[in-house]
Amino acid sequence: MAYQVSTRTRASSVAAIVAVAVVALLIVAPAFASRGLIQDLFFILTMLVLAQFWNLLAGYGGLVSVGQQAFVGFGAYALFGAVILWGLDPVPAVLAAGVAALVLAFPTAFFAFRLAGAYFAIGTWVIAEVTRLSVAQWKAVGGGTGTSLPRSATRDMWFVDAIKALFDVKTSAARDILAYWLALALAVATIGGIYWLLRTKRGLALAAVRDNIEAARSVGVDAGRMKWVVFLVSAFGTGLAGGLIYMQKARISPDAAFSVVDWTAYVIFIVVIGGIGTIEGPILGVLVFFVLQSVLADYGSWYLMLLGLIGIGVMLFAPRGLWGLISERSGLQLFPVRRRLIGPGTQANTKGG
Amino acid sequence: MIWVDTIVQGVLLGGLYALFAAGLSLVFGIMRLVNLAHGDLIVMGAYLILVLVTALGLGPFLAALVAAPVMFLIGWSLQKFVLNRTLGEDILPPLLVTFGLSIVLQNVLLEGFSADSQRISAGALETASLALGPVNVGVMPLMTFASAVLVIVALNQIFYRTAIGRAFRATSDDAVTASLMGIRPGRVFATATGIAMVVVTIAALYLGVRANFDPSIGPARLIYAFEAVIIGGLGSLWGTLAGGIIIGVAQTVGAAINPEWQILAGHVAFLVVLLLRPRGLFPRGSD
Amino acid sequence: MSLLETHGLTAFYGDFQALFGVDIRLERGETVAIIGANGAGKTTLMRSIAGVLRNAPGMIRHDGAEVGALPADTVMKRGIAMVPEGRRLFPSLSVEENLVIGGQHKGGRDFGDRLDAMLGRGAATLAAHAHGSGYWTLETVYALFPILEERKDNPGTALSGGQQQMVAIGRALMSNPEVLLCDEISLGLAPVVIKDIYAALPKIKESGASVIVVEQDIGQALKVADRVYCMMEGRVTLEGRPGEIGREAIHEAYFGAKAQ
Repeated sequence: MAYQVSTRTRASSVAAIVAVAVVALLIVAPAFASRGLIQDLFFILTMLVLAQFWNLLAGYGGLVSVGQQAFVGFGAYALFGAVILWGLDPVPAVLAAGVAALVLAFPTAFFAFRLAGAYFAIGTWVIAEVTRLSVAQWKAVGGGTGTSLPRSATRDMWFVDAIKALFDVKTSAARDILAYWLALALAVATIGGIYWLLRTKRGLALAAVRDNIEAARSVGVDAGRMKWVVFLVSAFGTGLAGGLIYMQKARISPDAAFSVVDWTAYVIFIVVIGGIGTIEGPILGVLVFFVLQSVLADYGSWYLMLLGLIGIGVMLFAPRGLWGLISERSGLQLFPVRRRLIGPGTQANTKGG
Repeated sequence: MIWVDTIVQGVLLGGLYALFAAGLSLVFGIMRLVNLAHGDLIVMGAYLILVLVTALGLGPFLAALVAAPVMFLIGWSLQKFVLNRTLGEDILPPLLVTFGLSIVLQNVLLEGFSADSQRISAGALETASLALGPVNVGVMPLMTFASAVLVIVALNQIFYRTAIGRAFRATSDDAVTASLMGIRPGRVFATATGIAMVVVTIAALYLGVRANFDPSIGPARLIYAFEAVIIGGLGSLWGTLAGGIIIGVAQTVGAAINPEWQILAGHVAFLVVLLLRPRGLFPRGSD
Repeated sequence: MSLLETHGLTAFYGDFQALFGVDIRLERGETVAIIGANGAGKTTLMRSIAGVLRNAPGMIRHDGAEVGALPADTVMKRGIAMVPEGRRLFPSLSVEENLVIGGQHKGGRDFGDRLDAMLGRGAATLAAHAHGSGYWTLETVYALFPILEERKDNPGTALSGGQQQMVAIGRALMSNPEVLLCDEISLGLAPVVIKDIYAALPKIKESGASVIVVEQDIGQALKVADRVYCMMEGRVTLEGRPGEIGREAIHEAYFGAKAQ
């Protein structure tokens, strides 16, 4: 029996089976779930996508951005622009949202990467503000007050008729189901894609950069390029999510689409409380966040205060978040990235590698 | 002539931004901590002064004098009991904790004072103005600018002429060796944040007297402060004043062209400087 | 009761154990040298005594009091000053400021003292304030190392290696310590410079300080010390007076008996 390098653990194999089952269940959910539940699931899935990308940036790339709302908002506005000005169908326009965010990410990275360490965070915030203020000058999509998707566009959206026929629902409900399925596909692709990225050589290099830039550089990892890759990928994914969110809302304004609370503070909270630097963390975090939101959202500012305090508390006393606590106690890893050497006489040891 | 006036107003506005920035710069210089709640702390200071003015009937300047030691203690405790725990190699904890603090502060203020705009009344001073050659200059903007200069002079004196200033510099250089000199870095950091909060109080006074404020405006003040610091070059307080002036002038000039462009023009000026001089106009040392 | 002693001192860097039960003592008025190869644990021992590394309280005693768990600033205020390995001057401070900062925080624990210090202007007044008693002041340090007075306004890091070492020693002396820990003060310096630096040692002893010097240079150590400890791999392998221990014993303790 020879030695072999493996990342698989028993928990991860079970997790893979459970994940497939959950995704299958989510795909057929519109057949039995209420419209309200579908909307909640849509919210959870889109927030999960935003959280995974922020986690990729901050948790793996060490790039703490507080300006991700730039990509949500710019993507969303690109979708509205493509629909209103070019007459594009909203569904393919979601892709335009991602591309627009990607395009914006180039100048953003160019400027923000000039700022070292912590100042990078505020730099991204400045660029988000500049984007918001510029978009507010764009009169064709409503300027500072915003606009709605035209009726004609939302009525004749791709797939809506098929969904109406399939589930025997009204147009508005069918649109929600469509948005939900797209969000589900995006979430699965996001988690799968990030997991894949982290397991590639490149992903390992990323972890090396996060742990020690100097050491990574000395073994030939190009830290600068990795940061670009991570930043651009995150912007693209965040833009897709932004486009999707506003396709479902069908109404946009600069203040809402570029909201630092909605698209960055909540997202940071989700990642921090779930466990930064893990794929499991944001999944757990978004569920906790959703429960808190459902129970407490009516309390407005008290709710936000509580979120802020919980975030601070977690950062101070359990910086690896809920998932960190769980995996510390149980050694559980559902998305193992670490490679382990397995061979005769070697115990399956999660500490190795 | 209108342009001279615009530029003079912009320079004076820059004084306000330099006041916003000085505390941020001080804290970063000593402990490499970027406080994302800095703007919200300024707004909190403005509410504290407002409360003292309305509840005790104090004049705004006297109220700021009373508020300053309170703010010092708040800053000192915040640093000692919360932020010192976050300092280290990893930049995530301080950023995320201060970001959380920013959210908490905004909502505490919202709960306590509602979202309505407030203003600190300074009586006749608010509208008083002086004719300086061809332009009329408000007394309040002039006092703001003078205060910014005084604050920078005072901070430089503290930094380069006093024992605590030496302790600041030594701790910033090498905290472990500083502790061999009998300095406890945590206490030095707490004192530094306390002093930064005194500067924040002065900034808050002028913020509240010169314009309306509400609980949500903190982040924008943080951004102006940050832009001033970066334009000036890290570690240079006079550079920070220059940075504030550049943003102030860009804003007033932008507003003169189109009122909707005021804020945007300030940000664009910042990006242009970042493009041409990534280390700021007056970089210092190897930071 | 010894002035300073360690009892079964252990120290760790994460999972790595650097010291395995070290027992040394320093009597009042003594100069003790600690010799050993790179990685023997000498610097770790110094850092433990100085409080940079925390230990169990009873592992280190100063005047009989348990000081093992105290932080560095408190240890220093008790009268134990260190000249750290690599000198570690503060680059933002001038030579004179580097010296002044060595003494100014010794007494100032209460707020009043700090306020006085904060309001006090100029290095000289401050130094005078912090040193009502004690031999070492700016004047006496300058008398010990005259070159420093000429260069007092230069940044500490603009000086030559030997001069920087003088600043580091002067900085530690400014607190008028009872115990002076000197970690590798001859490292990287030319022999003639080393001689200059060690020439200051008698003056330092005269001022009332007891000294521990960490040295890799055995000859130098034997010359200045009343007693010598030799360390290897985190343990004390030899103790004795310079005249009483033979070359072979030292060689064995230094490199390991069966290693050859």
